[in-house]
Amino acid sequence: MSTEARRCEPLNPWRWLPWGGAAAALALLPLVFRHGFALTLLSQMGIMVIFALSYNMLLGQSGLLSFGHAVYSGLGAYCAVHALNLIGKGQLAFPVSALPLVGGVSGALFGVLFGWVTTKKSGTTFAMISLGIAEMVAACSLMLPGFFGGEGGVTANRTVGRAFLGISYGPATQVYYLIAVWTMVATAAMFALTRTPLGRIANAVRDNPERAEFIGYDTHVVRFLQLVLAAFFAGVSGALAAINFEIVSAEALGASRSGGVLLATFIGGTGWFVGPIIGAVVYTFFVGAISSVTKAWLLYLGLFFIVMVLFAPGGVASLAAANLRVAKAGLFGRLAPAYGAALGAGLAALGGFATIVEMIYYHELEAVNDPVLRLLGLRLDVTTAPPWFGAAVVLAAGGAAFWVAARRVRVRWNEVHERLGRGSA
Amino acid sequence: MEFFLVTLLNGVSYGLLLFMLSSGLTLIFSMMGVLNFAHASFYMLGAYFAYSISTRIGFWQALVVAPVAVGAIGMLVERFGLRTVHRYGHVAELLFTFGLAYIIEELVHLVWGRLPVDYRIPAQLDGPLFAIYGTSFPIYRGFMMLVSVTMLAALYLALTRTRIGLVIRAALTHPHMVEALGHDVPRMFMLVFGGGAALAGLAGVIGGNAFVTEPGMAALVGVIVFVVVVVGGMGSLAGAFIASLLIGCLQTFSVALDWSIAGALARLGLQPPPGLLVTELFGITVSQAAPVLPYLLMVLVLILRPRGIMGTREA
Amino acid sequence: MLAQTARSFAVAVALVVCAALPAAAQQVVKLAYIDPLSGPFANVGESGFKHFQFVIDDINRRNLAGGFKLEVVGFDNKVSPQESLTQLKKVIDDDLRYVIQGNGSSVALALADAIQKHNDRDPGHEILYLNYAAVDPDLTNSKCTFWHFRFDANSDMKMEALTSFLAQDKGIKKVYLINQNYSFGQAVARAARADLGRKRPDVQIVGDDLHPLGQVKDFAPYVAKIKAAGADTVITGNWGNDMTLLVKAAKDAGLDVTFYTYYAGGLGTPTAMGDAAVGHVKQITEWHLNLPTKETDRLAQEFKKKYNIDWYYGRVATAMYMLAEAMKRAKSAEPVAVAKALEGMRFQTELGEVEMRAADHQLIQPLFISTIERSAANGGPKEVKYDVENTGLGFKTDARIEASVSAQPTSCQMKRP
Repeated sequence: MSTEARRCEPLNPWRWLPWGGAAAALALLPLVFRHGFALTLLSQMGIMVIFALSYNMLLGQSGLLSFGHAVYSGLGAYCAVHALNLIGKGQLAFPVSALPLVGGVSGALFGVLFGWVTTKKSGTTFAMISLGIAEMVAACSLMLPGFFGGEGGVTANRTVGRAFLGISYGPATQVYYLIAVWTMVATAAMFALTRTPLGRIANAVRDNPERAEFIGYDTHVVRFLQLVLAAFFAGVSGALAAINFEIVSAEALGASRSGGVLLATFIGGTGWFVGPIIGAVVYTFFVGAISSVTKAWLLYLGLFFIVMVLFAPGGVASLAAANLRVAKAGLFGRLAPAYGAALGAGLAALGGFATIVEMIYYHELEAVNDPVLRLLGLRLDVTTAPPWFGAAVVLAAGGAAFWVAARRVRVRWNEVHERLGRGSA
Repeated sequence: MEFFLVTLLNGVSYGLLLFMLSSGLTLIFSMMGVLNFAHASFYMLGAYFAYSISTRIGFWQALVVAPVAVGAIGMLVERFGLRTVHRYGHVAELLFTFGLAYIIEELVHLVWGRLPVDYRIPAQLDGPLFAIYGTSFPIYRGFMMLVSVTMLAALYLALTRTRIGLVIRAALTHPHMVEALGHDVPRMFMLVFGGGAALAGLAGVIGGNAFVTEPGMAALVGVIVFVVVVVGGMGSLAGAFIASLLIGCLQTFSVALDWSIAGALARLGLQPPPGLLVTELFGITVSQAAPVLPYLLMVLVLILRPRGIMGTREA
Repeated sequence: MLAQTARSFAVAVALVVCAALPAAAQQVVKLAYIDPLSGPFANVGESGFKHFQFVIDDINRRNLAGGFKLEVVGFDNKVSPQESLTQLKKVIDDDLRYVIQGNGSSVALALADAIQKHNDRDPGHEILYLNYAAVDPDLTNSKCTFWHFRFDANSDMKMEALTSFLAQDKGIKKVYLINQNYSFGQAVARAARADLGRKRPDVQIVGDDLHPLGQVKDFAPYVAKIKAAGADTVITGNWGNDMTLLVKAAKDAGLDVTFYTYYAGGLGTPTAMGDAAVGHVKQITEWHLNLPTKETDRLAQEFKKKYNIDWYYGRVATAMYMLAEAMKRAKSAEPVAVAKALEGMRFQTELGEVEMRAADHQLIQPLFISTIERSAANGGPKEVKYDVENTGLGFKTDARIEASVSAQPTSCQMKRP
């Protein structure tokens, strides 16, 4: 046997850099963000990343739009918190660090329970069934106080059990690291799943179910397996949330959680593996940080979502990928000035719009105390005309400038892609 | 007997209101394949517009103007929103209407505030119509039933006796063929979407003062409307009619039934199986579950007969 | 044991140091208000926030807090327990030591638990939790904690008071219970059964319905059931739309019963019920606009003039004045000292003496039953001087229930620092 044939594959930087970089970032972030609130936000991002990735196993990879994915994460969370209570009472010997496995397994079991009958058809039928089941489970959660703990939910203490290597999960940093480790593991696992035959055939079932049947795969079984696996990872994320907050209540199963993960995944981009990760981070940032700054955050989120659906249905990831492709061919320089102009105009228009919205909310809720709204260093008296007029002018001017700039961007884009198509640099 | 009659009347009137709401959605769903999540938001807009108009001008003017205004908004939404998203597929269309529902609710918050508004039944329609065994049946409920039936009749006539109705009916079951025959399908889509929105707006005008007009009303009624459309079946207005009456009566009659699985088992002399979740689940009575029964019905229909009661095609 | 002694010592030292500081320094004590400030319940949360702001302005103006100035800061929790815990992290980061909350027992239970854990794990940075509206009895029974103080009568207490009034009405023969199917509604139904069974065993409970929360649009079938059962009285804990739609449906069907409710006066409900409620709907509260209270009346009128919102939470005034008094007595704004001064405190209000019971940190106060009537200006009884929400309808007092009547035994075993 010649030695050449046994030479190893060269190290592929495009494989090790992203994974290694992500791991390093996750490890070093708490050193930058020390405050309790920022750490909580990061923990929530980690949980949401797993949840969104599991959701994309259904939406992006199998073509199953589900309106009730929170059912699996919520039920997984409840089972995990009950297990945590049992550990606390000493009736169950199980390491807290491995509690997400309990959540995962219970999520998967519920996936088996609900999954077989729901995955017969895909498309709107599946969406509606998932909606119906979500409504029923959410209604049950309030009506059955024994398991679901009623309105107060079920609380637990995460510092129970024997501390392993000094890790008791009392401080928030330890919980963050637990979540970070699980996020890495779950992400790697789900990535690996996309590379398996099941993952590939799920893509085939998404694209052309009839043809997949012809080559011998039962679409029902494929969808069912994907659902069970997605439910497993959803349960993992639910259990991590239970550990993080030490409480699970009816909102863990609710429509807003299902809607939230749908928004997050879609905003990030369903066609790329990294899409839901981006979407989860953006969504958590919106809900957690932006909501503390402005009362109109839900309006902004809805508008952002609609703009994505209209103009970039592939999500942020698709935008990034398209531009990366251009950059790889070295043609990004042609686009950059047009982008810059559009960005500037867009920010101006957004500023004008946001000012008007903030002033409306302020007028409705706060103006009686003090008619002056302090926004980004400006003092705006909402009861007089000039701020409204000024904001309207900025909005109109920015909007017009954006319109012009956007057309320029499109012209440039077509130019660049024509060049790419011709194969020249 | 008394109870049965009263409950039947209540169930039928509630079902007819549901039909008013879901007829527009059935048309849109059947023709364009998009399940319009914002349909209930159009219902809400109709109620709010009617509130604003009726407090300034009058209820009867609101009855005419508000649905037209909502219909116009629907047409704009279709022309500038859905048409752009159409090429990305059904999922994107669904998501667009999903986001639209959020935005309409926030805009309603901005304009009318978050609290319920005082949209009242006009004085001429306030009061009992007749009394059955001592329970009075309000005039307004009768009015709701009348409007609903009139609307159904008008819709039926428009679809069967007019030319455009003929084309729309063809497009309900064979949209691609209609396109191939050269009809301006995009314009028809716009009209149908606007028409569906107007129907929802009309339902809002009628229903908003009987039930509470507040920003959460869309979310409350949104899911039930999907249930009706799904159970009734795609492409079938008659199916939607039957499904609305069925669901209306189901919800109304089940309130009176205090049966539960545990009770039934006890009658047979059996104990319910042990287990925390199971005991409680078996203890739930039908009346406690009444508002949630339509979802169960929807799930069962989708599993056993995805086509719906009278559907001509599958989703 | 050693840790406890060390902790107490540290606290004592801290107190001494604080006391030694020049008292002239106007120390500002910030109170974190964690309630919905955006989303569907923003109005309720905003209304509560303004109540607190208004009373605190009064306290600061009259220097009632022993040299301390109070300030309330809002944290939006969107009525979500998880979001509340996230906001609590912010509160801890900003080193605020007082939390105020009321909307939603789900949030209250989550906060009480989290604050207990925080105080255990991080001594020296304790946080005190003042609950002004969450009525789950567990908070002062099985889930009680030293750091939680409740200023509203809990749902069992309200039922005790309600049934005491009901028991005297010999005309009541058949009672129907209808409630929302979650912990609160289930608790109301349970308490009603138990209390009526004790006080008026001759009264028949002809129905006990639980419906899903916030889902029912058409209450006509429930009204038909009530009618078929022949009830003359309905007891319900429903709030919001569930309350409004029930009353409206009853009027539509010509059902002539009296509704005994907890939340008929809640924000937006009188407007939505309208004339349907006149003479039929009663509520049990610790205060309403037409009670003979000069000081609070003045506060309410000024409040209405400034914000065009009705003053609703009489107990917010009681809570803040008691907090100020506790700070004055403890000569400190440290939560541990203030808590010790607050528990067991007897405080004189315009409606009589109230007591913050030390055993479970539940405020024992007189309660009032009132009925919705047309205001005097609108042709109603002359006692209804003020109307609510500009509807021309207001509340007329039916009875005063003494504090001792509503007080309930407690199973609380709290750990004290």
